[in-house]
Parts: sequence; structure tokens; C-alpha cells
Amino acid sequence: MTLLVDWFSDPAQWTGPAGIPTRVLEHVYYSLLALALSAAIAVPVGLLTGHTGVGGFLTTSLANFARALPTIGVLFLIVLLAGIGLVPVVCALVALAVPPILVNTHEGVRGVDARLKDAALGMGMRGREVLFKLELPVAAPLILLGMRTAAVQVIATATIAAYVGVGGLGRYIVDGQARQDLSMLLGGSVLVVGLAVLTTLLFAGLRRLLVAPGLRAEAAAAR
Amino acid sequence: MIAADASGGAGVLDWVLRVVDWAVADWSHPGDPNRGILPRLLEHMRLAYGSILIGLIIALPLGLACVRWRPVYPPVLTGVNVLYAVPSIALFFLMLPYTGFSDWTAVVPLALYTLVILLPNVVDGLRQVPEHVRQAAVAMGFGPLRRLVFVETPVAVPVIIAGLRVASVATISMVSVASLVGLGGLGQLIVSEGFRRQFDAPIVVGIVLIVLLALATDAVLVVAQRLLTPWAHTGGGRTFRKKAVRAETAAAGDGTALEQGESP
Repeated sequence: MTLLVDWFSDPAQWTGPAGIPTRVLEHVYYSLLALALSAAIAVPVGLLTGHTGVGGFLTTSLANFARALPTIGVLFLIVLLAGIGLVPVVCALVALAVPPILVNTHEGVRGVDARLKDAALGMGMRGREVLFKLELPVAAPLILLGMRTAAVQVIATATIAAYVGVGGLGRYIVDGQARQDLSMLLGGSVLVVGLAVLTTLLFAGLRRLLVAPGLRAEAAAAR
Repeated sequence: MIAADASGGAGVLDWVLRVVDWAVADWSHPGDPNRGILPRLLEHMRLAYGSILIGLIIALPLGLACVRWRPVYPPVLTGVNVLYAVPSIALFFLMLPYTGFSDWTAVVPLALYTLVILLPNVVDGLRQVPEHVRQAAVAMGFGPLRRLVFVETPVAVPVIIAGLRVASVATISMVSVASLVGLGGLGQLIVSEGFRRQFDAPIVVGIVLIVLLALATDAVLVVAQRLLTPWAHTGGGRTFRKKAVRAETAAAGDGTALEQGESP
């Protein structure tokens, strides 16, 4: 514990290119980039397959298959193909983040009560309106949950970026181990966990903002 | 380095053949039982299955406790989730001074990670036992222990296995990270034979075998569920299956679904 306090209170930690603020920003940058790309891929595909019901089995099977992909395998293979840099890191993280978002979006949209869809059609909504005005809002809690899971995994896994010579909080962990500096290793881990907890809180906030109050009440009642 | 860069089907085919050639040539070395792909595959299975099994052994009583004493569940779940956010390499490194290069260095962190999926599924599975089923068991003279073993646990099996499926796929792919500390089964192919030597064949073989192992394990669990819950496949059992599917979806999103609500 004192090790950690010493490490965090050393003023040298807080400045320069290897300082905590820089490393945290790098880490957040990789994670956000990967998460945004994953959401841009997974959410539209999940909405489409969930809405039309076409290719649903194929998508979920593919997502399960992708979940089995070992992240370091993907990372190192792309490093061999494309060289060291941000590309392999982001690709590997996208491969990690797409499955939970995709599966949750698909299941969320598909699980919308058929009676609600009938009502929407009865009110004269077209297919697209049903998707955006009914299915998307109703599926929102599940989609957000998928993104939260993905985000926590991405943040924890982005530490591997340090292995291919990129920055981020993984530097503290990898370099800490290399130098046998326990306080550095612990400090890096604590920062990663802190970032993940902060992300979870952020998603709780997003949930409040984006999920319709009626749906939140329903979820609470189901508990 | 990558022959496949030469665009065209022949290049790709050549490359695939080269990878397969390497895999066949290096599959096992009878003279040296520790070299080759097969021992790595067996090590991978040992590490992954050991972690999943230990995770399940912890999750079952812990889940039971959380069902019995409801207030315990939220803090335990939060703790498990926080643990899950600790990067696996960091945990492996932290284990090294205590467990050295034994299997435990990989198994302990991986078993702890499985809890984030297994625990909510055990709890949800036990909680979804219908009240009338429970009452019927009481009326038949079942005590709490027999009710748990013969009624509540079997009813929870589909949900627990759904969690096991997600946890096993995740664990099998995560074992490879342990190769960064010198363990990790097939991950060794990826890291030491592939990456350090800048050679693509071992990386591809490692990835393919890990994915195949995960899919095979998943298939075994599906069969196991069919054997363990025969009633779920005869007429009246549809609700069970539906619930299992739903639980699986939830598990994909770390198993807590809407349960966890607002708090992290």
C-alpha cells in the first residue's frame, strides 16, 4: 500500500511523455478509437439482422467465433503483416469489442415484444420508423450493456499494446515487470482498474440519459 | 515474408499449404515430448479446463450464498467486476513471485475472471426456480438440502451451462495471454515461435487451434446440457430453453443484464 502511495505521490510521475496524464490519455485514445470503430461496425449490423431477422444465426455464430479469437494472436499476426504501430492494436481491440456489442444489439432488437411492433405498424409506422422509433429505444439498455462490457474488456486488454511498442498504461505494467519495479506494476494496474470503474459509471450515466424512463422503471420492477 | 501478399489465389493457396506443412512437421517430436504443437495443445487444455473448473467450484457455493443472503450479492458482484477489470498480464506478473512458473500462475487469475460470468448465471439460475416448483418439493417432504440438490440445481442447470459456455470460450482464448509470462499453451506458439521469430505460420496455427478448441468445447457443453436436462427438449420444456438462451445473451454482456441496474 505504501509502495503505491509513494509511486503516485512522486511528482516526476505526473509530467513528461512517460507521465501518468500522458499515459492515461494514450490509453483512453486507443480504447475510444477501438470502441467507436466497433460500435460503428456492430450496431448497424446488429440492428439490421435483428430487425429483418435475416442472417441472424450467421451473425451470432460469427460473433461467437470471433469471441474465441485470442487477442494476442490477432495482435501479433497483424504486427507481422502491417508493422508496429497503432493499426494492429486497434484491429485486435476491435476484434475483441465487436462480439458483445453485436450479439447484444441483435438480441435486443429481436427481443422486442411482437405486440409493440404490431401496435407500431397499426399506428402507420413504416419499417424504418419501427426500427428507429420503437426497436432502437427499447433495445437501448441491452446495447449499452454490450458496449459497457466491450469497453471494460478493451480497457483491460489495451495494456497489451505495450508489447508491440505502443504507449498507454500497459507501459507501466510491462516496464514495471521488466525492471522488477513492483510499485510501477501495481500503479499501472490500479490506473487501469480506475479507468474501467470510471467507464462503468459513465455508462450508468449514459443509461440515465438515453434509456426512456418507462423502460428503466420496467427494468427496476423486473428485479 | 507473407507469400499471400502476391495477390491471386495461387499465392494464398501456397501460403496456406506452407502453414499446414509447418503444422504437420512440428505437430509432435517423439524424441522430445515437450516440443511441438501437441504438447502445447494439451497444456492449453489443462490450463483452460482447470481454470473453468475451479471457477465453477467457487461460483456454485458463492452463488448459493448470494441467493440465500440477498444483501451479499451486490457487493460481491461489484468486487468480481472490479477484479475482471484488472488486466490479465498484470495479474499474471503479480502471481509470478508466489507461484513461479507453475500452472497456478495462469489458473488462479483465469479462474477469478470466469466468476464475472459464472456467478451471475448461478444466481439467476437458482433465482428463476418457480415458486410452485419449490413449494411442491416442500410438500413432498424435501428438506432444504435435498431440495437444493434434487430440485433447484437441476432447474438451474441450463442457465449455469449457458454461463459455462461463454466462460469457457473466453477462458480458452485468454489462456494465450499467459504465454507472455512463459505459460499459456498454444499462446507459446504465437509468442515465442511466431512473434519473436517473425514467423507467421505458428501464429496462424495457434489462432486456428485455439478457435477450434473453443468451438469443440462449446459443442461438448451443448451436448452435456441436452443430456443433463432431457425435459427441456420435450414439449413442455420450451420456457426453460428460452430462458437459457436469454441468460446466454445476458452472459454475453457479462451476465448481469438489467440485474445490476445503475450501480457499477
